[in-house]
Amino acid sequence: MRPAVPLLTVTDLRTSFHTRSGVYRAVDGVSFAVDRGETLGIVGESGSGKSVTCYSLMGLIPQPPGRIEGGSAVFDGVDLLKCTPAQARGLRGKRIAMIFQDPMTSLNPYLRIADQLIEPLLIHERISRAAALLRAGEALEAVGINDAGRRMQLYPHEFSGGMRQRVMIAMALITRPELLIADEPTTALDVTVQAQILELIRQRQRELGMAVIFITHDLGVVAGLCDRVQVMYAGRIVESAPTRALFAAPRHPYTRALQRSIPALQRKGAALYSIEGLPPDLSRPIPGCPFAPRCEHAVSACSGAPAVLRSATPDHAHACARVHAGEI
Amino acid sequence: MPEPLLELRDVKTHFPVRHGLVFQREVGTVRAVDGVSLTVAAGEVVGLVGESGCGKSTLARTIMQLIPPTAGTVLLGGRNLTTGTAADLRGARRQLQMVFQDPYASLNPRLTVFDTLAEPMRVHRICPAGEIPSRVAALMERVGLAPRFVRKYPHEFSGGQRQRIAIARALALEPRIIIADEPVSALDVSIQAQILNLLAGLCRDMNLALVFIAHDLSVVKHISDRVAVMYLGRIVELGPAVDVIERPAHPYTRALVSAIPVPDPERECGRQRIVLAGDPPSPLNPPLGCSFHPRCAHATDACRAAVPALWPAGPGREAACARLGEI
Repeated sequence: MRPAVPLLTVTDLRTSFHTRSGVYRAVDGVSFAVDRGETLGIVGESGSGKSVTCYSLMGLIPQPPGRIEGGSAVFDGVDLLKCTPAQARGLRGKRIAMIFQDPMTSLNPYLRIADQLIEPLLIHERISRAAALLRAGEALEAVGINDAGRRMQLYPHEFSGGMRQRVMIAMALITRPELLIADEPTTALDVTVQAQILELIRQRQRELGMAVIFITHDLGVVAGLCDRVQVMYAGRIVESAPTRALFAAPRHPYTRALQRSIPALQRKGAALYSIEGLPPDLSRPIPGCPFAPRCEHAVSACSGAPAVLRSATPDHAHACARVHAGEI
Repeated sequence: MPEPLLELRDVKTHFPVRHGLVFQREVGTVRAVDGVSLTVAAGEVVGLVGESGCGKSTLARTIMQLIPPTAGTVLLGGRNLTTGTAADLRGARRQLQMVFQDPYASLNPRLTVFDTLAEPMRVHRICPAGEIPSRVAALMERVGLAPRFVRKYPHEFSGGQRQRIAIARALALEPRIIIADEPVSALDVSIQAQILNLLAGLCRDMNLALVFIAHDLSVVKHISDRVAVMYLGRIVELGPAVDVIERPAHPYTRALVSAIPVPDPERECGRQRIVLAGDPPSPLNPPLGCSFHPRCAHATDACRAAVPALWPAGPGREAACARLGEI
């Protein structure tokens, strides 16, 4: 049974970007919830809105051109989208932390690792610099960086990509957050280093009991890490289910197609299933199912009526009207 | 065994590292490719895998003679590409073409699709000028692009379509072998499948050989007949793709295979992972002996002393590990 009150509840989030060439609805009506201690995977291809969803929660959308058009995101009683800047500061970097894809651009190249690591502590906790440095050393040891005392005095460029991502994780977790948002943290890394970082996130999650939202395009990473997965396409969630259920029996045609196009799951040499065409242009209104133009099961009704995410079983929801009707 | 189409013999590509602005002195050498021998038969797909910095892209550029090798020979159809004039090399390039990773950077933004595809035909004078438009149209159809897009510029296409243009450009001269350097790494999964199908179809239909470079083992396993695993400038394991990836012999290949997340929760949660410690060492200052020994769980003193050679490890297979039979 799910706990009564989730840690984070996002309802009907809408974020768009107003550009000269039109209004791009990057996130178009996304609702989900994250429980304490749980790992939620958000999967999608580039432009599906998975990063914009999380940037909206963190208040990292540049406005303008971005604009949060509507919805709410309630974290432990506080709506992240409508709260005062002071409230947001009290949560961000303290109870909600985020790590990014590229650890080189998200660390400040001009500051020593030590200064960057203790910054969240100095801001959020009444703590002396000396005590903060002590905590920083412990945080680095906890992410597997030995000789922390010396390494803290180095600059980011003196670290390898994997080490920088470890520093990022140490920095994000130094305030013991309740929710960690990880935006493709291993995409820029080699596979052997990716394995190290995923293991590290698992281990730190167990120790701290935090919830994790893990954004990725790699279904393999999701399979090993997440309790639940939601699949995004064209700014909407098209399917949401526990990981095992999603991989064992994907319902939505997009999820099925995605699974069939991965070489690892197919017989060697067999032609891969490929989804013809391209994702839709988000600057034009999409009245029906956004996947309909590329879907092999689409009928004319698919492009007319809006596709709504509905539960098929208590914890498995998808947005395909034809699957709900039992037609495919 | 028929004569190989492409043969590399002990190819080395080293880059000097210089210090100082005016009076430059050499302070070291990056051994990006350090003694690679490999053959590719006509119509064969050879996958080349390894992590960033292992030298796989440098090897591709060395095969193409975009970077001259420091030592060793590259033979194409028995002809040595490392010696000879620029004109000889241009002749050889008709048979040897390349597709790059980033289709945003590898196409000239000022050329239309027509100009991009017609240029190699004009340079090599492979047909009368009047035939070029029909050849361009046929090429576009071959790679799955509608010929009506012929006057469009690269920025009007998506990433997958651009990669199709890059493949068409490589095919324009009807080569016998294509070197593809991470051709699908920049693409989304659904588009990646389209490009993989296209490449596999071309190899089958045109008896085209392909050197397919990637860091994604499952992609390489899918498309390749044989696979070569590189670590720090050397091939550490070589053999039929399915055998190498399903039953890896070299400890590095084992770790690499085990590090790749499998998109299947049942298998992913149950399996044993080998998580390597540390990062790959720098090719500027490689460890003595086997270059993998600092990260290897099975390393002994012998591994630290001498560089292991590629050694037979089963039918059609070779691996460079001193403890091959024991572990």
